[in-house]
Amino acid sequence: MTEAVLALEHVSKFFGTVIALRDVSIAAKAGEVLCLLGDNGAGKSTLIKTLSGVHKPSEGKILIDGTPVILDSPRDALDRGIATVFQDLATVPLMSIARNFFMGREPTTGKGPFRRLDWDYMCETTRKEMKDLGIDVRDPTQAVGTLSGGERQCLAIARAVHFGARVLILDEPTSALGVHQASVVLRIIVRARARGLAVIFITHNVHHAYPVADEFTILNRGRSIGTFHKSDVSRDAVLEMMAGGKELVDLEAELKAASAA
Amino acid sequence: MNHQDVPATPAVPIESSTSAAMLARRDERVRKVSRWRQLMVRPEMGAIAGTILVFIFFLIVAGDSGMFSAKGMVNFLEVSAQLGILAAIAALLMIGGEFDLSVGSMIAFSSMVIAIPSIVWGWPLWACILLAFALSALVGFINGLIVVRTGLPSFIVTLAGLFVLRGLTLALTRGITNRTQVSGINELVATDPIGHFFSGVVFENFFQWMGKMGWIATRPDGLPLAQGMPVSVLWWIGLTAFATWILLRTRFGNWIFATGGDPVAARNVGVPVARVKILLFMAMAMTGTLFAAIQVLDSGSADTLRGTQKEFEAIIAVVVGGTLLTGGYGSAVGASFGALIFGTVQMGIFYTGVDTDWFKVFLGIMVLVAVLFNNYVRKRVTGSR
Ligand SMILES: Nc1ncnc2c1ncn2[C@@H]1O[C@H](COP(=O)(O)OP(=O)(O)O)[C@@H](O)[C@H]1O
Ligand SMILES: [Mg+2]
Repeated sequence: MTEAVLALEHVSKFFGTVIALRDVSIAAKAGEVLCLLGDNGAGKSTLIKTLSGVHKPSEGKILIDGTPVILDSPRDALDRGIATVFQDLATVPLMSIARNFFMGREPTTGKGPFRRLDWDYMCETTRKEMKDLGIDVRDPTQAVGTLSGGERQCLAIARAVHFGARVLILDEPTSALGVHQASVVLRIIVRARARGLAVIFITHNVHHAYPVADEFTILNRGRSIGTFHKSDVSRDAVLEMMAGGKELVDLEAELKAASAA
Repeated sequence: MNHQDVPATPAVPIESSTSAAMLARRDERVRKVSRWRQLMVRPEMGAIAGTILVFIFFLIVAGDSGMFSAKGMVNFLEVSAQLGILAAIAALLMIGGEFDLSVGSMIAFSSMVIAIPSIVWGWPLWACILLAFALSALVGFINGLIVVRTGLPSFIVTLAGLFVLRGLTLALTRGITNRTQVSGINELVATDPIGHFFSGVVFENFFQWMGKMGWIATRPDGLPLAQGMPVSVLWWIGLTAFATWILLRTRFGNWIFATGGDPVAARNVGVPVARVKILLFMAMAMTGTLFAAIQVLDSGSADTLRGTQKEFEAIIAVVVGGTLLTGGYGSAVGASFGALIFGTVQMGIFYTGVDTDWFKVFLGIMVLVAVLFNNYVRKRVTGSR
């Protein structure tokens, strides 16, 4: 069995009296996509925030390459090659696209007191990486506040793909995207996996989850119900495990019965 | 390269240079508008326009009052410069999402840290100045640490600092000297190795030459009335240029915008938000010391009342300069124009002989207008989404 690049062992996270995660263990392996499923409020975002250094676990351990680590900050996680697309995207509306893209990891040129932002490189790279996601950036100096929700989501994804050297974490990255853009993102996930990255992917859409996932971990009310290999579960089984999946199947049956009557 | 067409979507004003590579591959969806329209959404535009209006106004009503003689101009430039020094760094702090109400008291505190040891205890002046800088760095560090650790608004944290520092200054000064004023520093400046960084004038030869040419007024002995440019003006220009460089062209500048724009987002993508804020508070407090050093060495005395209300004047200059009170957007150049408006109007009212009480009325109204205008610009920049 391949060793996990990034793993949680018996992690709990409490916010005051709220138990957001309880005794959860997961493992993301190089060259594999781990899909996190679960209802709203199940603790998925809390889990990935723990993995990306935003929250410190209240109990349990974070392991990188099998070694216990303490992630002090998101910067610490990024330095270790863990890049995340947060559900709220973590973009600053008043700043330009290029400034947002490199926020926290700005390239510089020149030495000593003349060290300055490598502005040309920033604009070029932003355009190129966004183009890979099918977004033609009109003007990298345009404020992010003027972008559409989908464009902003693509910016956050492009940024994480650019900086994620080892682990790529995506929290509902396709929620604001059209069919075409969503498939582009799925392709990006597959490409990252082929490059040997470990990918953790959260989505409510079975059509997005099933094609790219290697494993599924299901969270329910802060606990992990189990992890399944793709070969062990069918698409319908995954749908049933997903948020509201059961209801959807039932509804379909109900409607069928109604129209037959 | 055609410079007349520039991207039309309200470009984020903080990027002035458009790279050649970018222009070459311009998207057809970018509507072309005039350079004028693009300039209009830069944060400092309001202040620059305001400066022009103020100058035109006083040229008309006070053109022959001596306000625009060399001596008069040096006067209002000096007033503007002292505030502008504070405003340049206050702009960075406000763009970073915070402000410092304690800086006025910091000025008084630093004045006494410079004056008491040098006059009462006979320390060398340069050592006192360095001590004042070190202490203000410490106070700034504490301000910043409390703000980032507690998450309390800097308004309340530095309001506490405003009273604590002023009270401490009064208590210590009275305790040590039995007075609230310490004078006699003039004698120390001439022989001090760093005294001239903070006092006196520069370009004296140039001013004398202008006097000889008959361009500026001279005294009976042939020397010009305005002997030179006060060093504070150089500090003002230098600090504004420095702050602008930091904001627009450095990594730290990007962190300042990010920290003020959305601290949570900034932290999540790896910006060391706490470090940025603490450094900005330290820079602000140390700028208070610079202001104190300039005033004390220039006037030769320190007073426990020094710096009163400077915290508000600095905020006014910054806001008039187009910086959003809520952070994330603004400019140091704007702040320095804000300070220039402030200084010009203050001296202008003096020269026109209008009751100076009207200056406060003017200030209040100007702030309100500036905030409304900034709000409008912000909506344009973010596409009011
Ligand atoms: N910072 C926080 N403070 C308090 N409660 C929180 C915080 N973050 C998340 N929670 C709670 O933890 C639970 C899990 O939230 P979250 O991880 O966002 O769920 P999901 O992403 O699966 O929808 C929710 O009940 C939420 O209210
Ligand atoms: Mg979530």
